[in-house]
Amino acid sequence: MPIAQVPNLMPALPEIFLACAAMALLMLGVFQKPGPEEEIKTARLISYLSVTTLVLALLLVLTVSGERLLAFGGMFVVDPFAMFFKVLALIASATAIVISRQYLEIQDIARFEFPVLIVLATLGMMMMISANDLIALYLGLELQSLCLYVVAAFQKDDARSTEAGLKYFVLGALASGMLLYGCSLVYGFTGTTGFEGLATQFHGAAGKSPSVGLVIGIVFILAGLAFKVSAVPFHMWTPDVYEGAPTPVTAFFSVAPKIAAIALFVRVMVGPFGDLVAQWQQIVIFISIASMLLGAFAAINQHNIKRLMAYSSIGHVGFALIGLAVGDAVGVRAILVYMAIYLFMTIGTFTCILCMRRNNRMVEEIDDLAGFSKSHPMVALAMAVFMFSMAGIPPLAGFFGKFYIFLAAIEAQLYTLAIIGVLSSVVAAFYYLRIIKVMYFDELTDSLDKPIGREMAAVLVGTGLVVLLFFGFLAPVVSGAEGAAAALFAG
Amino acid sequence: MIIQAIAFYLFAFVAVAAGVLVISARNPVHSVLFLILAFFSSAALFVLMGAEFLAMILVVVYVGAVAVLFLFVVMMLDVNFVQLREGFLQYLPVGGLIGLVLLVELLVVVGAWVFAPEAAASGAAPTPAPDAVSNTHALGALLYTRYVYLFQAAGMVLLVAMIGAIVLTHRRRAGVRKQKIAEQVGRRPEDTVEVRKVPTGQGI
Repeated sequence: MPIAQVPNLMPALPEIFLACAAMALLMLGVFQKPGPEEEIKTARLISYLSVTTLVLALLLVLTVSGERLLAFGGMFVVDPFAMFFKVLALIASATAIVISRQYLEIQDIARFEFPVLIVLATLGMMMMISANDLIALYLGLELQSLCLYVVAAFQKDDARSTEAGLKYFVLGALASGMLLYGCSLVYGFTGTTGFEGLATQFHGAAGKSPSVGLVIGIVFILAGLAFKVSAVPFHMWTPDVYEGAPTPVTAFFSVAPKIAAIALFVRVMVGPFGDLVAQWQQIVIFISIASMLLGAFAAINQHNIKRLMAYSSIGHVGFALIGLAVGDAVGVRAILVYMAIYLFMTIGTFTCILCMRRNNRMVEEIDDLAGFSKSHPMVALAMAVFMFSMAGIPPLAGFFGKFYIFLAAIEAQLYTLAIIGVLSSVVAAFYYLRIIKVMYFDELTDSLDKPIGREMAAVLVGTGLVVLLFFGFLAPVVSGAEGAAAALFAG
Repeated sequence: MIIQAIAFYLFAFVAVAAGVLVISARNPVHSVLFLILAFFSSAALFVLMGAEFLAMILVVVYVGAVAVLFLFVVMMLDVNFVQLREGFLQYLPVGGLIGLVLLVELLVVVGAWVFAPEAAASGAAPTPAPDAVSNTHALGALLYTRYVYLFQAAGMVLLVAMIGAIVLTHRRRAGVRKQKIAEQVGRRPEDTVEVRKVPTGQGI
């Protein structure tokens, strides 16, 4: 009887480690003593251990890859592109756990399952980023999404949170259905699900127009992915889910899953369907323009800061998709830089939002920030830095992100896209600056709670310094992004 | 050959009849029992086709787990099935029309079916000849070697589903009397029973 060869597991070592660690943490949490006080202690312990796990996984990611490696019969790929995005996703998840602890304890929902679910979601993201097969893509996406549905409804006694979870679940299932339908069409018309096999089939087919069924399949895959990155016209769920979900969950949603989904979007479009760029480019251009415009205009009227951040993130996704519309290495490099910067800006902003408490209760209105600069000068300063950065004011980080994106668009002669991008970022600057105006020039009415906690302060200082001094380490980030983008196009 | 044909028609007839009875039985418990009969007959049909693994899975998963779960649900929940059934005849024409349209569509699709000759060659997972290895062996060989990554990933998804269901529904209530077998067994007569001398005619 033939015994199968043990596959080379080394490329997937970070994922395997993360999966085993998540299960071990789950077991550890389950077998702790019951009781309300012990529960908080357990949650704290598992939180710290989860952050440690994610940091260890980050180190593993950095040591494992470097060149392009395949595993599991070509279903799993590790390359510098995957490494870049995995590092971002791991940083985002670890910080999300750090900033969530205090909130969960105040809201009395500190349970050890929360960090475990975040770790499992991160595992799903890493599987998405490394997916090299349509089935692997779907399973990674589903693992991540399932964790997200649960954490969105984590505050189960709050009607808004459960509503957010349910809405996200129903619409997410719809998007998964569309994605699967697209995958099945692509499989039906090509006979393979592997990205490499698809790429070889389409190679040299740039001039010919592929069969209609295949194009419909690609469009459905695009729609499913656009839903996951919350790009217009598949953004309907975003404001409601962001508003309803517990704030640290919103912080997590707006960073890590988005980064992973963008990575997947880029890999699927550039990898297997790279030679069919003429078929999908107009769709991506449309999605990008619509997202930028909606992100700019719909946010103007918002009073709830989480809702505002939801529209802001839709706008940011629109900017990032300009890079994909360009469809070459320069565009992908711009996406990588943009997402790296977006990660730090957004985490920082949400840490500030998590500091908005009054009498130990969360407040979420923008007007609640009135006089924030007098009661919390340092936090207000950090928030101002993040807002200026989001608006794209030099020399802060956000400026460089937009700079590389527009540079790529202009080099590819997509002038319309670049002009609409610049104009919508001017409009978006209005509502970012309004927050600064409320913090610095409105009268202090009722002060927010004072001590913000050590973890929050540490995250704020870290992200604030990154955003403020980004020009200092622009060169290594850009060269790393360049290597990652080149790796995607070499394969 | 003739025995096979007889067996096929027998099981097919039972399956269809049971299916009709599932939706027409008055008592929901009878419906579930007919459902089980339909599952068994379909499993027999799978065996006739040489797909013995699928047949076993059908019995184990659908009869063993799903149908029993249905039975529990039907017995535990107080659903008024008579009320649910009230509009049945009223909706029959529309429902029948939709069914007819679906049937025509299916016939059109199947009638125009063309199998691309190159598609057979580029199938994702070539299947071994059915008489060389058993179903179970072939599936297992594929699932645990070529698709081991997907198999494990699906396992992780199911784990998350389980965690999610527990997180979202489990609450710790005060005043729940839980059976603790270790404590029950560990009780000793000295701790619970007090023997007292009762003086005659006085009581305690």
